[in-house]
Amino acid sequence: MSERLVGKAIKRLEDPALLTGRGRFVDDFHLPGTLHAAFVRSEEAHAKINGIDKSAAVALPGVHAVLTLADLPKRFHAMRMHGMPNPHVTQNIMPYVLAKDEVCHVGEPIAIVIADDRYIAEDAAALVMVDYEPLPTAGDCRAAMAPGAALAHMNSPDNIAAMLHFGYGDIDAAFKNAAHVVKENLFMHRGLGHSIEGRAVLAHYDTFADHLTVYTASQGPHAAKRAIVGMLDWDEERVRVVALDVGGGFGPKMSFYAEQIVTVLASLHVNRPVKWIEDRREHFNSATQERDQYWDVEMAMDAQGKILGLRIAMIHDKGAFMPHGTILPHISCTTVPGPFIIPAYKIDCSVVLTNKPPVAPVRGAGRPQAVFAMERIMDAAAAKLGLDRVEIRRRNLIPAEAMPYSIGLTFRDGKPLTYDSGDYPQLFDKVTKAADYAGFAKRQEAALKNGRYIGIGIASAIEGTGLGPFEGATVRIGPSGTVTLLTGAADQGQGHATTVAQICAEQFGIRPDDVRVVTADTAAIANGTGTFASRQAVNAGSSTHLAAIQVREKVLAIASHILEAAPSDIELADGNAIVKGTDKKISFRDIARAVTGQSGFALPKGIEPGLEATRYFTPEQAAYASGNHIAEVEVDIETGGVKVTNYWISHDCGVVINPLLVEGQVQGGLAHGIGNALLEWMHYDADTCQPLTTTLADYLLPTADAVPKALISHVVSPSPLNPLGVKGAGEGGTIPAPAAIISAIEHALTPFGVHLTQAPVPPHHLVELINKGRRKNSGLLA
Amino acid sequence: MTDTRTITVTVNGKSYTKDVPTRLLLSDFLRHELMLTGTHVGCEHGVCGACTVLLDGRSARSCLTLAVQANGHEVTTIEGIAPEGSNELHPLQQAFQDHHGLQCGYCTPGMLTTLIELLRDNPTPSESEVRSAISGNLCRCTGYQGIVEATLDAARKMRA
Repeated sequence: MSERLVGKAIKRLEDPALLTGRGRFVDDFHLPGTLHAAFVRSEEAHAKINGIDKSAAVALPGVHAVLTLADLPKRFHAMRMHGMPNPHVTQNIMPYVLAKDEVCHVGEPIAIVIADDRYIAEDAAALVMVDYEPLPTAGDCRAAMAPGAALAHMNSPDNIAAMLHFGYGDIDAAFKNAAHVVKENLFMHRGLGHSIEGRAVLAHYDTFADHLTVYTASQGPHAAKRAIVGMLDWDEERVRVVALDVGGGFGPKMSFYAEQIVTVLASLHVNRPVKWIEDRREHFNSATQERDQYWDVEMAMDAQGKILGLRIAMIHDKGAFMPHGTILPHISCTTVPGPFIIPAYKIDCSVVLTNKPPVAPVRGAGRPQAVFAMERIMDAAAAKLGLDRVEIRRRNLIPAEAMPYSIGLTFRDGKPLTYDSGDYPQLFDKVTKAADYAGFAKRQEAALKNGRYIGIGIASAIEGTGLGPFEGATVRIGPSGTVTLLTGAADQGQGHATTVAQICAEQFGIRPDDVRVVTADTAAIANGTGTFASRQAVNAGSSTHLAAIQVREKVLAIASHILEAAPSDIELADGNAIVKGTDKKISFRDIARAVTGQSGFALPKGIEPGLEATRYFTPEQAAYASGNHIAEVEVDIETGGVKVTNYWISHDCGVVINPLLVEGQVQGGLAHGIGNALLEWMHYDADTCQPLTTTLADYLLPTADAVPKALISHVVSPSPLNPLGVKGAGEGGTIPAPAAIISAIEHALTPFGVHLTQAPVPPHHLVELINKGRRKNSGLLA
Repeated sequence: MTDTRTITVTVNGKSYTKDVPTRLLLSDFLRHELMLTGTHVGCEHGVCGACTVLLDGRSARSCLTLAVQANGHEVTTIEGIAPEGSNELHPLQQAFQDHHGLQCGYCTPGMLTTLIELLRDNPTPSESEVRSAISGNLCRCTGYQGIVEATLDAARKMRA
């Protein structure tokens, strides 16, 4: 084995280009003859469309075409976007590629305008007159469940898209035998992905080659290609999808959108490249987002605070359509147990259609809500039993020796939810020690004497990462001698090129920056899945590892033949195969040439041409990462302002490939979690479902002064499920953060008896609760 | 018909004279007329800061500036930060790589231009001054810590 590179904090290969303005984002491409698209979008949350008058738009100089659904090829008139049906889904409603006769949320695309530039395209879009007949709207998902509620879709029987039921154990007996029962009614809102680069498509139909290239800001270029090929009913060789530099993803760029296929159809219509770049308002109104969940949670415990059972009813706002089916609420429902032993469990979840943009995973993917529910009920239990919040959790932790631990549920990968490895008590010990949890009471007391309200909160999460079905890698050494690595693992900032280059370079005794990495190009590798569910370290990492070993073995075999030495006597270094302890060597270039052969001559017997291997790693189930967060906050009781002052995380993502990148993921994830705890709220008018927060001045993202440094400690429980022993690290920074922070805020506001049951908690909400507590304290309120 | 004007703008030390529509944004002028695509557009309403450039040395939102407003002025973009004619990075760029101050790299151009202004005006910033300086630049990936550490490190090295 050459020098170990896995585990090293290698600086990123991606950085030099990005730091000097040489990135290659979709809008950076200037293909000759490109036209620019703008979408006409619904201004109504729910309406019948009685007509579309595009005459004024078409007449505007510089406009090449205005296309409605009726103007698209006939096969699209009855085709809907592809959903993800499952037996629980009773209404798998997906949109047409452009609205037909009904619009179901503000922002739904109705027509595309193609013009010389974006300015003209937007002028023309404003000139398209849509004759709307407004319909009643389904807004609040709780109200939308009621019989007789306004319908989100005019031809639906009701607004229930699916009912999910999960559980195990004897839940009735658990509650019958309980010494204590605690209940909470909780609300959790999560917002949007808000990658700083919006969605983007440049569709280039080359009439000469009869070939379509689609550059798109996507987490899943191979999935996008499959969608395009399927919708056009073309063969695969005519379509290439590329996602070079992508400016953040966070979930929403995994969906395949109507705008992508419509931009392709526009290019086919005008026989020119067509570019569509999402603006921020479009991101608010038409990218998938997360939103509202309402949780009614009941927990049964024995006299010592051990959990006997957990019973939950949950309502999930799915928005107007069903992209990704029910995977998001499914993940929520199955994430609740976390690191705790829960002998009996029952959850019933209603998935409800509303007239708001469709809901699909955003970083965390339904888990922050589940953790919030679990950790809030644990805090409530601690309060009821008079136990410390850490102590009650410790009493219920799954011990390390119980691994692998089967929960008794089916995870969203279709496999039994079985934790593969982990040491949750150790994670607890590390984080509570690092934070000096035991000493906090004194710090709080001292602060309170100075009129400062500080609090501490803890939360933990187990995350199913590294989901299948597969990702692949091709490792190749061509006659240039360069080691090339091709993978479908699309990158949106995670540093996949660096990660896989480390894994690959290690096998060949070269430096990571000697590896030529190509990601996210369907012309580079035939099959791919995409970047979501913190899955690429496991999938692309393992595929790279396997393919690199296979090519290494072939290099050794050929070198052994040429150098007349045993493979075990040969080492690889600096692009050469060297007989150990001698100066006998042959370069990769010469080995590659040897297996390329000479025109017309046979290769030596038993030699396959080329130094190349493609491996697709197919995980048998999710690899479960784990972590604990402790947040310390200070609350300004006059303004309701919350400052997250200190933050500690213990984190276990198995073997760490690159600590620099893992810690970057965790720290970045925390920022997102702080947004979910304190800031990010997508507001809609209750009656009309009109979006009210459609700029980043109204919808607040965390800024540099809101996010403290996370002090991270690592526990390494290698996953037995993949050859590298790795687990995903992309979401563990986000998932428990709202629960930890909100617990800390409640703790800080103990003098006012504040009880928090929602996330986020905006300042005005806190001020209201603080003032209520003050009135109560002063005897003004019973 | 779109109103146009002839403008002369110096960008990264090079003078450009172009006829542009009066409503053309400076960001689009840089990106699509001069093909300097390093300046990124994130929100087009002046909040995210990704499009920040230096206009006569002061940070400015190029998405809220018209190209015609830059007539007769000097613009510095991310392409003009590294020492010219070498493969070296500016100390701040190098520190961003060293401290993992970027992930997707989309907000990075605006971060760099904003922080170059800071380090010029205040070579010894405190951590809170760095955080305050970039409080108008949104980063969704990094959680800012790498950016802050990179800036403090670059400040030290630039003073040395």
